[in-house]
Amino acid sequence: MENTPAIVEIRDLSKAYYRGSQVVPVLHDISFDIIEGEFLALMGPSGSGKSTLLNLIAGIDEPDSGTIKVGGVDITALPETELARWRAVHVGFIFQFYNLIPVLTAFENVELPLILTPLTRKERKEHVEMALRVVSLTDRMDHYPGQLSGGQQQRVAIARAIVTDPTILVADEPTGDLDRVSAEEIMDLIDRLNHESGKTIIMVTHDPRAARKAHVIRHLDKGYLNDASPQDTL
Amino acid sequence: MLLLKILFKNALRHKLRTGLTILSIAIAMLAFGLLRTVIDAWHAGVEASSASRLVTRNSISIIFPLPLSYKDKIRQVEGVSTVSYGNWFGGIYIDEKNFFANFAVEPKTYLDLYPEYVLRPAEQNDFLRDRKSFIAGRKLAAKYGWKIGDVITLKGTIFPGNWEFVLRGIYRGRYNSTDESQFLFHWDYLNEMMKKTAPGRADQVGFYMIGTKNPDISTQVALSIDRAFQNSLAETLTETEKAFQMGFVSMSDAIITAIQLVSFVVIVIILAVVANTMAMTGRERTAEYSTFKALGFGTGHIAGLIFGESLTITMAGCTAGMIATFPAAAAFAKAMGTFFPVFNVDADTLYLDIAFSLIVGLLAAVVPTYRSLKTGIADGLRTVE
Repeated sequence: MENTPAIVEIRDLSKAYYRGSQVVPVLHDISFDIIEGEFLALMGPSGSGKSTLLNLIAGIDEPDSGTIKVGGVDITALPETELARWRAVHVGFIFQFYNLIPVLTAFENVELPLILTPLTRKERKEHVEMALRVVSLTDRMDHYPGQLSGGQQQRVAIARAIVTDPTILVADEPTGDLDRVSAEEIMDLIDRLNHESGKTIIMVTHDPRAARKAHVIRHLDKGYLNDASPQDTL
Repeated sequence: MLLLKILFKNALRHKLRTGLTILSIAIAMLAFGLLRTVIDAWHAGVEASSASRLVTRNSISIIFPLPLSYKDKIRQVEGVSTVSYGNWFGGIYIDEKNFFANFAVEPKTYLDLYPEYVLRPAEQNDFLRDRKSFIAGRKLAAKYGWKIGDVITLKGTIFPGNWEFVLRGIYRGRYNSTDESQFLFHWDYLNEMMKKTAPGRADQVGFYMIGTKNPDISTQVALSIDRAFQNSLAETLTETEKAFQMGFVSMSDAIITAIQLVSFVVIVIILAVVANTMAMTGRERTAEYSTFKALGFGTGHIAGLIFGESLTITMAGCTAGMIATFPAAAAFAKAMGTFFPVFNVDADTLYLDIAFSLIVGLLAAVVPTYRSLKTGIADGLRTVE
């Protein structure tokens, strides 16, 4: 992977939250690269800034300073409308609480991001069926989220994340709301997406078992990035 | 299509809350529609009046009569085509609560001036031939079950005694706004009785109804008539039929203004109800809207979902309210008897229903849309319903 170009380049990234007149620094001068096809785990205690960093990379939050380039595009310079379009094409989201739309079936939830693409209805259907096949949920495509288990809902969310074939997949505590067996299934699935499809995955987790699947683990502490840890440090 | 499905399904997610909101809107629109119809009914006489008809009365007050002899002088005024005359009779049918308008009129000229009172030719001929006859509007006849040939007795209040009339014709209105609850009988019958019982009141009319050759010259004709009787014992005041009717309506100005005010207060209240519902739904769906935004959906999509849901709810309530207005108005009109001779739900009332519902739907969505767009995606995703 050493000669593989960086798909994400983060430089001097800082972010603080403002509570009235109080400034709460969250990230300090973060700089690192993520190689294409890499599976990166961001770890750290609560409040260390890992979710904030993930949100910044995914383009759903704005830094106070610094730059993030994804595929050569400086997303920190994009206006909101263009950033939304960029997210639709380049980012697949996997959330801790799945964030499925409860009034849509599994099929429709997966179809949702494709509405923003120029695909025809038939093409959308093919893409959705393929994504659901990847997560082994074709038999539940007509079920509503409320009719699915937590693990199944997360698999639908993963199908929704990969259906547009995005540049990066971001996962925020993808196993945080699941029992151990379901969590292992989900991590196997994410691992498979990385190995078989070469997807670049950036995952925030507290769970060392989940982090073991990653190639690289980066630790954040009080907004500072520690050196990348090899797997054996776990 | 998928977004439309989300919009409709979102509207029905909390069935009880949505149902109660729709019910509230429907009741508000029903109340608004009824109140507007009451106001329209109040103005029905004004709306039904013709621009080419003038009313001449005593300039002191409508209760003072004018001499019958004015008739010929008025006819000579340039621009006058027809002159009729009559008296407000004020008779009571059986009981005081059975109120309806009853007039003694010169029948031939009066019917010439009111072509909107449509009679069968045979009935019209019978009416004109029989001095003790009367004609009644279709609604009035239906209300009391009168049939042609029935003898009806009115108890006179202004003109004392029991007065018997034979029903010779039932007219129908040419237009929706035509009053179908009038009772018209021969002025000659009244005058003959006055000659016998109160000679001092004979050959006096309450008003002249005048047709002009052209509506454009009505004002000029009115001035000419009044000028003709200047410095006489009974000076006249001539005005268009519309102005004459407005004079009666303006006596109830305070009531009409109050009704108008209440009808608009109803809209403001319903705006608060829908805004509350939309604020609650917006707050509950913060995480969902943030998910949409994270997936790349833009401001227009989010605004479309919220505004669409709000408009779906308000228009559903509006439709239910408009449908309910018709039977409610019919029941109200029945309960009011002939107090409101014309009580029709006007197309303008329905357009106002739709317009106000759209305004309420749009305004109610403004705050939740603003909040949802202002909330950062990361913050919104952290929100737990």
